[in-house]
Amino acid sequence: MNATATATASKNALELRNLSFFYGKFQGLRNVSLNIAEHKVTAFIGPSGCGKSTLLRTLNRMYSLYPGQRAEGSINFYGQDILDAKQDINLLRARIGMVFQKPTPFPMSIYDNIAFGVKLYESLSKSEMDDRVEWALSKAALWTEVKDKLHQSGLSLSGGQQQRLCIARSVAVKPSVLLLDEPTSALDPLSTAKIEELIDELKHDYTIAIVTHNMQQAARCSDYTAYMYLGEMIEFGATEQIFFKPERKETEDYITGRFG
Amino acid sequence: MPDKHLSSQFDSELNSVSARVMEMGGLVESQIRQAVYALSQFSLEAVETVASMETRINAMEVEIDQELSSIIARRQPTARDLRLLLAFSKATANLERMGDEANKMARMVRSIIEGGAPRSLPSSDLRTAAELASGQLRKTLDAFARLDVKAAVAILKEDDLIDKEFDGFVRKLITYMMEDPRTISPSLDLLFLAKAIERIGDHSKNVAELIIYLVKGKDVRHTALDEIESAVL
Repeated sequence: MNATATATASKNALELRNLSFFYGKFQGLRNVSLNIAEHKVTAFIGPSGCGKSTLLRTLNRMYSLYPGQRAEGSINFYGQDILDAKQDINLLRARIGMVFQKPTPFPMSIYDNIAFGVKLYESLSKSEMDDRVEWALSKAALWTEVKDKLHQSGLSLSGGQQQRLCIARSVAVKPSVLLLDEPTSALDPLSTAKIEELIDELKHDYTIAIVTHNMQQAARCSDYTAYMYLGEMIEFGATEQIFFKPERKETEDYITGRFG
Repeated sequence: MPDKHLSSQFDSELNSVSARVMEMGGLVESQIRQAVYALSQFSLEAVETVASMETRINAMEVEIDQELSSIIARRQPTARDLRLLLAFSKATANLERMGDEANKMARMVRSIIEGGAPRSLPSSDLRTAAELASGQLRKTLDAFARLDVKAAVAILKEDDLIDKEFDGFVRKLITYMMEDPRTISPSLDLLFLAKAIERIGDHSKNVAELIIYLVKGKDVRHTALDEIESAVL
């Protein structure tokens, strides 16, 4: 798709232009251009290997950890280009947080799981830190469940609670964008519902980009949906439109289960 | 449905419910034809046939609705699958109402026969409208089966014809009633008959609108014809 898909007239948190990505010689993304609107949920759907996780990983330069991987094009994030080599990656990741498919709590207490990241960027007094931990856990709808056991290990929590702990950890450093890479694929339906509810609340304060294999999830909790296939963005539009009357046959075939 | 889902079971469920909707449509169509026949021949036998078909049509509507809800619950259809199922649900509701109207026609015919209506009343005038209405349903079902938007738009246009026939007929009845008050009672029967025919046309029109909704994803209810034409053709 050459035409730039535009979300709305509202402000954009991220503007991707002609984004291409290479794993060595293999091209994982082809000329993707789209805008991720501020304080909205943008979902990326598509079959395995279509580049949706790759796209998410470029948004906070996660790929920089791996040699041989590179991105071309530009990602405008409030005036700065994320792909710029001079970009401070640590600061960038504080502003663009990420939550992964499998809950990844640190092997430390619930309290420290939250405080650890905050300490990297800010020096807070004990009481300020206590407040921040409570605030982050409340944002992630976990506070009431863990407030009496903050000093137990994060690993003692259930899968769904661990995932909310990871979301709290991302939220604690007050990012402006949250990237969620299949955040509920390892969770049961109830925990999934809680995370989806959470996504809906978090979007008032954060811009959210979510990759999901669960199309119904994209339909339920996103404002905009992008359908990707073989590294290209096939269609991008308002979620209702994508799930009710997509413009392109490829999109319709995929979401109606005719993809083969 | 030309192309298939990954789940062949889903395909066969959709095919089965499509076939049921078409079968119900066919049944309603023949019920209306019976009602038209009852009217033109003043046949009590045809009146009975119409009434007997009513139960089957009602039962079909319920069964189709059950199938539809089961598919929606289990498959979570999206895009054109979703529109197809919604269109089926509304189409069957309209078909069932058409069946009711046919039944109403038959009841009026019976009342006219039993009341010994004077043959001077213009009952044969209704035949044109009745045939228009039943022909329109046939065309609507054809267009539905072929997902033919052009034909659907043509059907919307044609509904005007039936409405005009109805208006003309009402004016005619009024003159009869003014000239001879004894014709008032049978004239009212004829008026209800004419109204039933006009309603059948309206329901066909609703179904034709559903075809456009299904294919184009556009809701064209309460929209002027020329707007519909420029939007979908």
